[in-house]
Amino acid sequence: MAQPRLIFGVLLSAAVSAGAGMAAGQAGVGAGQATVRVEPAHLSGPRALAEQTEQAAIRDYLESWQTMCAALEQNQPGLLNADFTGTAKDKLSETIHEQEAAGIDTRYEARAHDLQIVFYSPEGLSIELIDNVDYDVQVFDQGKSVSTEPVHARYIVLLTPAEVRWRVRVLQAE
Amino acid sequence: MTGLSAMMCCAAMVLVSLAAGQAAMAQSSGLTLPSSIAAGSAFSIQTSGSGAGTLYIVGPGQVIKRDVQGGGAAFISAGSLHNAGQYLVILTGNGPSETQALTVTPAAQPAALSFLAKPSRLPVGLSDGITGAVYVFDAYQNLITAPEPVNFELSSPAQPEQTRTVITRNGAAWTEMNSTAHQGNDKFVARIGSVTSMRVVEQVPGDPCGLQMTASPAGSEVKLATAPVRDCSGNAVPDGTVVTFTEAYGNSQSTVDVPIKRGIAAVEMPAHPGALISVASGVVMGNQIRWER
Repeated sequence: MAQPRLIFGVLLSAAVSAGAGMAAGQAGVGAGQATVRVEPAHLSGPRALAEQTEQAAIRDYLESWQTMCAALEQNQPGLLNADFTGTAKDKLSETIHEQEAAGIDTRYEARAHDLQIVFYSPEGLSIELIDNVDYDVQVFDQGKSVSTEPVHARYIVLLTPAEVRWRVRVLQAE
Repeated sequence: MTGLSAMMCCAAMVLVSLAAGQAAMAQSSGLTLPSSIAAGSAFSIQTSGSGAGTLYIVGPGQVIKRDVQGGGAAFISAGSLHNAGQYLVILTGNGPSETQALTVTPAAQPAALSFLAKPSRLPVGLSDGITGAVYVFDAYQNLITAPEPVNFELSSPAQPEQTRTVITRNGAAWTEMNSTAHQGNDKFVARIGSVTSMRVVEQVPGDPCGLQMTASPAGSEVKLATAPVRDCSGNAVPDGTVVTFTEAYGNSQSTVDVPIKRGIAAVEMPAHPGALISVASGVVMGNQIRWER
């Protein structure tokens, strides 16, 4: 039976491909680093998921998460262009504009991602994954911190392929 | 009752009626609000204390900031908070800030389907040759993750409709359908309630089936012509499809590729007594004729 993979690192994209075989409990987690656990894919569709495809989708999703954090912290919707598309990009851009208008910026810092791919559509044009993520949210109003809270959320993520990478089309917590 | 007290009374009634229609209320010392609402729903957040404060509703999906008076209520009108997700509701004021979690769930009513159907063109008679995948969204483009039945229908003018009902899982459902026996444009529909999304799947004839030719003398040559070329379901193979005639005699061999024109392929080749003539299209072999004249 396939075991979950535990991956650590600041450069998550590199860690996903390089650390795929790491055993649980290995290495320490430094400040600002998120633990990434990849559960074996549990697919409801008929299409087989190649290991390279799985790694690419997870790598690109984790990069997207970092991009989202940077965009929300810096209030720069342009940062989203490379990693997000469709609804996810529209909604995050809207949030950034709302933050700007209100004088707010937010710092999202992930502590742990627990990922599992749950659907690969038959024609290969979408991948759905679940991310049980723990993160801290720090809210600033006019540069002054007004709150810092830990959050646990289950994100449903829909990825679609672009020219050279997977982009996030839906990013929704529940 | 003064005008002001009448307004406060009405506001209180609104709050009571809103609260009655919502799930469990979360409460900290300074904030009372539902723990969960449906996207786009109206709701209110009751504050305690006194003095001016600021209320924040913060998540990656949306941000709302309001000035509030301690002890008063902030009314979030219908449609204001419409992106599903996890939010922090933060109240700052004179004292320490108060925070509550708020979950916004997708609206229950599906409003849009994202329908991926492949391929757009395929040969007739393929088992599970057509696939469709659907994602279900509400009116605010939130993915509806609660299980929903999706009907898939593949209809053609000449054949009974194929239908499948699939329950969504994490907002997604998929199916496979057979291509029908007749060429033409079929409608592939995904339906959930009154919400539909349609794709057209063009079904084209398959490979030739039972390829047959006849031979007749034409002066010093032999005239070769196929019967009308059809696939195994009886659909005419389209003009332009290449048919290959091969004539072997002695140690020599001649091959001619001929496109189908008006349903048949025809050619004249040198008549060599004892030649063996065969016909094929792609990997499909037809009959052979030995020319004895």
